[in-house]
Amino acid sequence: MKNKIVTTILFYLLVLIIALVVLFPFLWMLTSSFKTQVDIISWPPKLLFEPTLQNYRKVFEEQDFLKYFFNSTIVGAMAVGLSLLLGLPAAYSISRYAQKKLAVFILLARLMPGISFLMPWYIIFSRLGLMDSYVALILSHMLIALPIVVWIMSTYFSTIPRELEESAMVDGATRQMAFLKIILPLSGPGIITATTLSFIFSWNNFMFSQVLSMERTKTLPIAVYNFLSYAEVDWGGVMAAAVAIMTPAIVLTMIFQKYVVKGLTMGAVKG
Amino acid sequence: MVFPILYTLYLSFTNWNLTSGMEPSFVGLNSYLRVFYEPRFLHAIGRTFSFTASAVAIEVVLGVAIALILNRAFVGRSFAKLLLLLPLVATPVAVGIVFNLFYDPTIGLLNFALDALGLPQGRWISSENTVIASLVLVDVWQWTPMITLIVLAGLAGLSEEPVEAARVDGASEWQILRYVTIPMVMPVVLTAMILRLIDALKTFDIIFAMTGGGPGYASETLNIMGFKYSFEYFRMGQSSVILVALFVVVLLCSLGIMKLRASSEN
Repeated sequence: MKNKIVTTILFYLLVLIIALVVLFPFLWMLTSSFKTQVDIISWPPKLLFEPTLQNYRKVFEEQDFLKYFFNSTIVGAMAVGLSLLLGLPAAYSISRYAQKKLAVFILLARLMPGISFLMPWYIIFSRLGLMDSYVALILSHMLIALPIVVWIMSTYFSTIPRELEESAMVDGATRQMAFLKIILPLSGPGIITATTLSFIFSWNNFMFSQVLSMERTKTLPIAVYNFLSYAEVDWGGVMAAAVAIMTPAIVLTMIFQKYVVKGLTMGAVKG
Repeated sequence: MVFPILYTLYLSFTNWNLTSGMEPSFVGLNSYLRVFYEPRFLHAIGRTFSFTASAVAIEVVLGVAIALILNRAFVGRSFAKLLLLLPLVATPVAVGIVFNLFYDPTIGLLNFALDALGLPQGRWISSENTVIASLVLVDVWQWTPMITLIVLAGLAGLSEEPVEAARVDGASEWQILRYVTIPMVMPVVLTAMILRLIDALKTFDIIFAMTGGGPGYASETLNIMGFKYSFEYFRMGQSSVILVALFVVVLLCSLGIMKLRASSEN
């Protein structure tokens, strides 16, 4: 009995340590964002301090972060929306007609380093005069969203019994109608999974926007990065910017927790 | 999909420099020879491997261990799972910035901790000797939870019967773990490893945001080097060679593990 209590205590201690290690950078970021520069660089590090909002004021008033926020949202939403439009039918045909070749293609997109796409894009977009345009950014972010949509949805569609649309087709519906009227309405959870994940990864993407966007379409990760390089000493401001960029992804994750776990683990467990 | 592959391949046989204003001209294997002879390229390959190998090895061992620990019913289990998700969705650029604050030689928390313990302070990402290890640490923090979550999902899908049979036969908990549970979950572990390996080979955001490949070239991996050749020097011919090399490395590594996985399933 005593032994059991000891192991239980040890177990919770272990869980606590794991939780602390995971959480610590977030906590430090959050507290630092409310510190003054003096408090941040004080040695030893200050645990008790007088919180200030000046960092956030700086980020949102002087830095135009709302604009970058807006850019990230537009690019992410459009890229995910278009990817759903193209990816849902593609995923359906992969699942129903066992399109092995298409599936290999998607795997290849996962293997290819993003930069090998970026170089041709850079050349094409600059020749077409599309640098710093939303079109270029949205197209590039579709490379993040589309494989996620196709991958998750083709696995999801395969779990829906074929009999459902077959019986509709016996009743005279075309395959397209069966897909739209029967399969899609049943696919809500899968679509939520794909949408959340692909939006978060588009939101976090740094490389594509770093090359393809300039002042007008700059997304949040680039703004945060630039803020770091030219205001190297302003740690409070940088931490406030980091909090600002992470909050939406974290809030989405908390709301759709179940779906995010499913999306991240699905391929590995089933594939 | 096909276009960028072919285009990159085509450019790798040219000596195109975007700043020269000239069109690509065919130079055969010339760009390959030039890149392969550069020590900077060989070092970048070595670094790509050492970064990836150490990060993925630590992540798999830690990730599986944590999954085995958490694989039981306890108060706060769903909360623990939510916590594990946070590093995965945290914006890499911002993660890099926070770790830069930890690593800062004068105001960073890590040196403060070392100092308090009476240990010599480290230079972390500002020293050529420790920069890769410091970057590995960030990668481990961010991606170990992914291995844990995947393995947890794999464990949840296992049937209970073999474990119970072993228990009836009088096997100890350790023996059950070693001879029943771990072999059964192995295919899932290997798949998680493939996913992690592919992404670790291509790590960009964290390294770029934290060190930009420096100090000197000390943390320059193939991906970073390719990026610099393309978008800082605009030497498209040579950067294509680097990208082809990176792609081949990624492909070979994934094929290797997939083979391993196929044999573990038999």
